[in-house]
Amino acid sequence: MSERQYKTVHFTLNGKPVEKNVDVRASLTDMLRNDFRMTSVKKGCEVGECGACTVIINGEAFDSCIYLAVWAEGKDITTLEGLMGPNGELADIQQAFIDETAIQCGFCSPGFILSAWEILNTGKEYTDEELRKLLSGHLCRCTGYENIFRAVKKTMLRRLGKEEEAEKVNEQGIVDTDERKPFASLDPTVQA
Amino acid sequence: MNIDNGYSAKGSSVIGKPLIRQDAHDKAIGRAKYVDDRCDQGALCVRILHSTVANGIVKSINTEEAEKIPGVVRVFTCFDCEKNYFPTPGHPWSVEKSHQDIADRLLLTDHPLYYGDDIAAVVAEDEVAAAQGIRALKDQVEYEELPFVLDVFDAIKEDAPLLHEKYPGNILAHTTINQGNYDEAIKEEGLIKVEGWYDVPTVQHCHIENFECFAYGEGDDRYVCVSSTQIPHIVRRVIGQALNMDWGKFRVIKPYVGGGFGNKQDALYEPLCVWLSMQLGGRCVKIDVPREETFVNNRVRHGERFHLISWLRKDGTLAARKYEAWADQGAYSSHGHAIAAKALNACPQLYPCDNFQGDAWTVYTNKPVAGAMRGYGMPQGSYAFEAHADDCARELGMDPLAFKRLNLMPVGFVHEFSHNELYSDTFNQCFDKGDEIIGYTKKYNEYKKPQTGDVRRGIGVATYWYNTAVYPIALETSSCRMVMNQDGSIQIQLGETEIGQGADTVAAQMAADTIGLTFDKCHTVSCQDTDLTPFGTGVYASRGTYTLGFSVRKTATLLKQKILDYAFELTRMQPYLLDIVDNNIIRKTDGRILMGIDELATTALYSLDHSVHLTAETTAHIKSNAYSFGACFAEVEVDIPMCRVRVLNIANVHDCGNVINPALAEAQVHGGMSMGIGYALSEKLLFDQKTGRPLNNNLLDYKLSSFMDHPRLIGDFVENYEPTSAYGTKGLGEPPVCPVAPAIRAAVAQATGCFINEIPLSPDLLFKKFVEAGLIEKEGGEANV
Amino acid sequence: MYDLKALYEAKSVADACQLLTDHPEAQVIAGGSDVLVQMREGKRAGKELVSIYMLDEMRGISIDEDENIRIGSLTSFSNITKNEIIQEKIGVLGEAVNMIGGPQVRAIGTIGGNTCNGVTSADSASTLHAWEAIVEITGTDGVRRIPIKDFYIKAGTVDLKLGEIQTAILIPKESYENCFGHYIKYGKRNALEIANIGCSVNVRLSDDKKTLDRVRIAYGVAGPVPMRAPSAEEFINGKEINDENIKGFAKSVLNDINPRDSWRGAKDFREHMAVVMAERALREAIKKAGGEA
Repeated sequence: MSERQYKTVHFTLNGKPVEKNVDVRASLTDMLRNDFRMTSVKKGCEVGECGACTVIINGEAFDSCIYLAVWAEGKDITTLEGLMGPNGELADIQQAFIDETAIQCGFCSPGFILSAWEILNTGKEYTDEELRKLLSGHLCRCTGYENIFRAVKKTMLRRLGKEEEAEKVNEQGIVDTDERKPFASLDPTVQA
Repeated sequence: MNIDNGYSAKGSSVIGKPLIRQDAHDKAIGRAKYVDDRCDQGALCVRILHSTVANGIVKSINTEEAEKIPGVVRVFTCFDCEKNYFPTPGHPWSVEKSHQDIADRLLLTDHPLYYGDDIAAVVAEDEVAAAQGIRALKDQVEYEELPFVLDVFDAIKEDAPLLHEKYPGNILAHTTINQGNYDEAIKEEGLIKVEGWYDVPTVQHCHIENFECFAYGEGDDRYVCVSSTQIPHIVRRVIGQALNMDWGKFRVIKPYVGGGFGNKQDALYEPLCVWLSMQLGGRCVKIDVPREETFVNNRVRHGERFHLISWLRKDGTLAARKYEAWADQGAYSSHGHAIAAKALNACPQLYPCDNFQGDAWTVYTNKPVAGAMRGYGMPQGSYAFEAHADDCARELGMDPLAFKRLNLMPVGFVHEFSHNELYSDTFNQCFDKGDEIIGYTKKYNEYKKPQTGDVRRGIGVATYWYNTAVYPIALETSSCRMVMNQDGSIQIQLGETEIGQGADTVAAQMAADTIGLTFDKCHTVSCQDTDLTPFGTGVYASRGTYTLGFSVRKTATLLKQKILDYAFELTRMQPYLLDIVDNNIIRKTDGRILMGIDELATTALYSLDHSVHLTAETTAHIKSNAYSFGACFAEVEVDIPMCRVRVLNIANVHDCGNVINPALAEAQVHGGMSMGIGYALSEKLLFDQKTGRPLNNNLLDYKLSSFMDHPRLIGDFVENYEPTSAYGTKGLGEPPVCPVAPAIRAAVAQATGCFINEIPLSPDLLFKKFVEAGLIEKEGGEANV
Repeated sequence: MYDLKALYEAKSVADACQLLTDHPEAQVIAGGSDVLVQMREGKRAGKELVSIYMLDEMRGISIDEDENIRIGSLTSFSNITKNEIIQEKIGVLGEAVNMIGGPQVRAIGTIGGNTCNGVTSADSASTLHAWEAIVEITGTDGVRRIPIKDFYIKAGTVDLKLGEIQTAILIPKESYENCFGHYIKYGKRNALEIANIGCSVNVRLSDDKKTLDRVRIAYGVAGPVPMRAPSAEEFINGKEINDENIKGFAKSVLNDINPRDSWRGAKDFREHMAVVMAERALREAIKKAGGEA
């Protein structure tokens, strides 16, 4: 076998400083799954299309499959395993995914929950279109995104103290407007 | 009408409740383990060499260079395996030879029949070495290229290349239905003829977890295969058949599965994986299929072409109908003709007509293999039937919904072969409820008025035919084991697998209801292991809730009797006067709680007087099936110059009988609707016509709907208790996808006046159709030269 | 794991240039959302990589002494969209790169990578062409600046010589001052999409907002590399804002563009879209500039 190239990487994983000597060929997905057994980081396409491998790096969601492990140096990385509190308490968004039946096969769930967590941590109130755009880096084949949308929107409203509006999220099904909307790459100005 | 309590144990607090699914917690915290999460780190990695010809003979493969690559352990080619053909579909095996699935697959083949067929495998220490091995092999294959055929109509031509010698004309099967006398019936005076061709594309399941399996040796001569499958017991049998060994030598384990939708209702690479492990002394070998190969080397949904003719009376009734359909099987038989046959059988049931002449052909082509996919022929059929029904209504100048209400299967309809009966006025109930939710009638009349401007609206409604389970075509059986623990809680084991739909949770709800336990006392073991789990054929055909219900009720009833018999020993009260309510033994005469189930269970197990293990196991052979109907309403906005359709509102209403868990049922409906939206608007697997090479086999180019392509999804129910069913339920897994595409097609037609007989209604197709209709003036020409 | 032969991590821009000179076969990797994907496909398998991803000096957006907007080549799409300078002076660029892929890809993808891979579908490229961006290239011999249209040589090839990397993209003051733009990306779905065709238009209006003082339009996927539509610009410049002129402008793009026929989109379909998008993007740009269209 030809000589392998390794590098020691230091970073913070779910709040704890860690270091690892990694094969430079490894993706961040490989390192997190194989070296740290963070099996919530899922492989769905390995080219940054499906979002199943999403992790949070320095507060922003990334596809870990197209991120070299060595780039983790000095970063603060959160996987789904890191959301649970020290006594097993769930994050509000995890509980909302459970309560709203936003989980079916569960394979896209870790990535989705992490993106949702990042979005909610901005503390902003987003429109429905904005939420859809912010969550659009994940593919799901089970849920049609509906219950995921409900879980995220409800949690957003609850964090903003809008409990009554949150209770109405499941009812707001029908779009009832006469305004006809030309196709325009839906709401391009949205940002996190 | 919700009458579940009337048929459930007294005091039931579990059936019909939106209880949290059993696996939600583990999945929400990332602890749920799927195949890859369970695989040994030292497993050898396999990559498969796929043919670069769509039809040909592999003359030789030079493996020398590949074997020299550091990290490559072994290279196996088609010349290394025995020519032992085996079947792959997830059907129960048939002891009658004539009903057995077609055995036409090899582990690796020297006669590739589609671009991408499996011809060799590289086993390596890691995935990089395996991929390098594949690249080193690619140019080392010598083929004798043969002509190939990609289109069903080209494939049935006389001079077409023949894929399988036993199937002349490339026709896997042809079935017919003849009712009355079509030729005579069309002579009736004053009939209006409506004729249409309807095309549906080849699409793929796109579960987010790709198929993966790994295998290793156990003991002297046994092998374990851990697989992302819907059908572990069937896969065990297929491995045995493929390797020509006793089936009991193999153990198949199914952990959590990241979606299946029918793709994992086939044996995929499990036989090859076990065989490779076997060649390597039982070392752990893993086949992790990349997304690109999932699209091509697993299964796809049959593309199908329909030719429908209806002869209508002026009052809107049907005088005669003709049906022809050709399903694109791809290169191997897999589930074969069952898909095309299902749609053919459905047509004269959904819209009964005294004079019906129908033919369905399943045709081999040099393309990826079509198998089971959510709906099993009915998304195809429903699209064609409902599009055609809308065309009929238009020809008659009738409101399409009125036409459907007039002609759909009437209450009391009995299908002789399956004994299915329509007990309730399901269609009208679903239509009425959907109309109310989405305002169909009002909007239909509003959008009927002439529209101008770039952006126009329309609304459509469609229904479908579906049944539950596979009786009487094939065996329906379900086994269940329940073991009571010392504290009065139980484990439930079933062959019906949890793949995301919620089977485990509804099984626990049913058991809790029948025994009289609370939900938290009932735990369904999610992992199937053919060494441990009672025999079951898995989940498919929307059968899970229906069929497992039979064995759960039977087993729970038996267990309950055992509990009450033991309670008699402890309380001296007659068993028939006892019941279990909320984990307590009660006396029915006065309702007094005599003891807790926990106390009883502890005593039963540890008693020095009479120790009993409270367990029960039964098998239910199910000889019934049930109609499961519903409707989809879709409202769209079409930006005509931009050739874009936006779904504004969409609602599905289903009658799946008694809803065990409304939250899970609703979620199931959402998922089907989503798949239906993709089918209607964007999904299609494309092939290069010159080579047969797939063009868009990745998640960027294959347009699975994103979060931004959906409106809010509305799923609702009418509940008519199904009398053949152990808990009043019937199929729901597949039905929600079936009516979506035709509803959207109808809405687009109303908005634009273009009745398009092809899906997906993607921008390129809409452009063509809008130009034809004069809605768009074609640009270009000389100016561009 | 990626099939890479060796990974060299640059410590500085100068180091990157030196590494590339020392390893002439090596491929630069910025964010990796293209390079790693290609490597996995086998196209660049077995290659050496020079990683510049950790060079924070190449990140960030500023206004230089000549009042040009300077965007470091490693600035991610998400940071471009969020940046206040971009939002104030060339909002359309932030909007355009906010349509790339999904949020996670926008977090890793860089504007330098988007332009250096030389593809016509890059969502930033048509806007950069329409705003006549200047590309800053640094090599072992120093820095050179060239107009973006000269940077693109042919499909997949840009003007980077041995030992050079792109270090910044500049938008000259003259180019952005009083300019308002709009980008339309046409794809088959609304997210996770590659442009079927993309159209970026910007306008500078007369003081009374009645006349189109200057209009610039550029396309992605209307030819092998991103391109302007000069005859359409010539047609409209200095003209009054009215339906006839707007439609005439849109039609005349057909004199300039030459889209391909491929399974991703037919030529006639793309031509039709180019015309519709030109009209719509122009109207939106006029509205953003305070005019009526």
